[in-house]
Amino acid sequence: MAGIPHDHYEPSSNGEKWLHKRLPILGIAYDTLMIPTPKNLNWMWIWGIVLTFTLVLQIVTGIVLVMHYVPHVDMAFESVEHIMRNVNGGHMIRYFHSNGASLFFIAVYLHIFRSLYYGNYKAPREVTWIIGMLMYLLMMGTAFMGYVLPWGQMSFHGTAVITGLFGAVPFVGEALQTWLLGASAVGQPALNRFFSLHYLMPFILLGLTIVHIWAFHTTGNNNPTGVEVRRTSKEDAAKDTLPFWPYFVIKDLFALAIILAVFMAIVGFMPNYLGHPDNYIPANPLATPSHIVPEWYFLPFYAILRAFTADVWVVQIVNFLTFGIIDAKFFGVLAMFGAIAVMALAPWLDTSTVRSGRYRPMFKWWFALLVVDFIVLMWVGAQAAEFPYDWISLIASTYWFAYFLVILPLLGVLEKPLPLPETIEADYAAHYASKTGGTKTIVNPAE
Amino acid sequence: MSHADEHQGTRRDFLYYATAGAGVVITGAAVWPLVNQMNPSADVQALASIRVDVSGVTEGSQLTVLWQGKPVFIRYRTQSEIDAARAVDLADLPDQSAENANLAVGSEATDQNRALPTPEGSDAPEGAWLVQMGVCTHLGCVPLGEQGDFGGWFCPCHGSHYDTAGRIRRGPAPTNLPVPVAAFVDPTTIELG
Repeated sequence: MAGIPHDHYEPSSNGEKWLHKRLPILGIAYDTLMIPTPKNLNWMWIWGIVLTFTLVLQIVTGIVLVMHYVPHVDMAFESVEHIMRNVNGGHMIRYFHSNGASLFFIAVYLHIFRSLYYGNYKAPREVTWIIGMLMYLLMMGTAFMGYVLPWGQMSFHGTAVITGLFGAVPFVGEALQTWLLGASAVGQPALNRFFSLHYLMPFILLGLTIVHIWAFHTTGNNNPTGVEVRRTSKEDAAKDTLPFWPYFVIKDLFALAIILAVFMAIVGFMPNYLGHPDNYIPANPLATPSHIVPEWYFLPFYAILRAFTADVWVVQIVNFLTFGIIDAKFFGVLAMFGAIAVMALAPWLDTSTVRSGRYRPMFKWWFALLVVDFIVLMWVGAQAAEFPYDWISLIASTYWFAYFLVILPLLGVLEKPLPLPETIEADYAAHYASKTGGTKTIVNPAE
Repeated sequence: MSHADEHQGTRRDFLYYATAGAGVVITGAAVWPLVNQMNPSADVQALASIRVDVSGVTEGSQLTVLWQGKPVFIRYRTQSEIDAARAVDLADLPDQSAENANLAVGSEATDQNRALPTPEGSDAPEGAWLVQMGVCTHLGCVPLGEQGDFGGWFCPCHGSHYDTAGRIRRGPAPTNLPVPVAAFVDPTTIELG
């Protein structure tokens, strides 16, 4: 890997030498596993491993579930009940899969907000960030299509509402919605194709995961100080870093074990806590559940979708300027996708040269407010669309856009950052040296 | 290009563009079937039109049928419902368009423009039959009949009230319940689509 100087793979045995000349696969595995990693990474750097684990968990449990599931409107619901009641261990496999989706999103939100705080998205890691945003979109698509498959009431009517978003696109909306559904309404064609795509998309995610890792192995990891690893010499780099194996693998696995303990408790004792009881009623096109709510991980963006109603002046101005082409419904759709687009553009909207929020006294508070804002949006997305929730969601949506479009560009100019540590080593020593005896004792073992 | 000093096109340039152009067309021709296969299939399109027997629908009752995967409300309205709908001042309506697929776009949302003309030979009074999509124009829920502040339909999802002619009166829904293409083929049979 380019970037941080370190020792590369040298084949030792004759067998390794033979293979290395023909296919350097062991070299790639070795260099990936032994990559020099900043030694000051904190606990917020564990979510990548959690996400990788969860993707594998979802693929494995998913493949097994497909062995029993039938993607047909008359049999889908019953085949899921068949999995729950008859298939050996089927209920646990399905609960792992459905709660695995929640674990996936908890981890991805923490992973994204970690990157937003420590400035991981800034140069030279923009490509890692953009790939990550694509993966997030793909995850949402996969989760949405997966939720359709049990063919319960929420599956059916949730699909009607979400595909209706595409129907809001001016001029081609109706044709687009019909094309997506394969009919004028949700039915067999939609169920069948969502099943196909739900199986496909995780493998695309797996491919993007490799590209994501490739990108940040090329630039090197960011770290809580935002200061780059020294690349002046192999010795300097070694003072700032430790190899990924075994130091970070063991640390990450420890964190994963704790997270999985909580996950197992949820799967074992409260597997339906994060779901909706309505989805245990077979889909019925003639009756709608009284309260349609998306899964918790979609709520923040669902709140943004609903926030911009026809009586908001911004919507009215846009409606007037576009001669009515962009109405309130389409504006909401644009706002929802725009909320993710402005986040993806963060590398170019953030004008500050300092990466880590740790050394940005004003940024810190705006960022904290963004986290609160996200939680408020998640809460308000589950409430009825009436006073005072409509006002709360409008204010919270506005802050989301203001953070990326106004605050991030301005802070780089207005803010006076705190002095940065000289090196990662210096920062590490300042934090840990006095308590643990520092790193020098390791360099000179028992003399 | 390799012929930087030759300003006029060469045979090689021509072949280059012709090949690229042919490649684009062939790629498009190969991709189109993959896109088009997702459009409604022949059997789905064949169900675009259905006939409904309404002989069993009595005054003050409603038949809900599934047409193209969506519920359609067919209601035999009572005289008081018709009178209530006709008494409404058009200026009070949030959506003043009839939303009736059988009429020209932009027709006024009068009760006469909403109801299905009563066929000859039928006992029903003029304007008794109301045929409309049972899909709330807000987010696609199915409204409940004979409920709400206007005695028509009420959507439980986000509180849209429709009157006895299926016109939106209050709540977040933007438009009246659409009237699909429908006609009596004989006094007791309605054809949808």
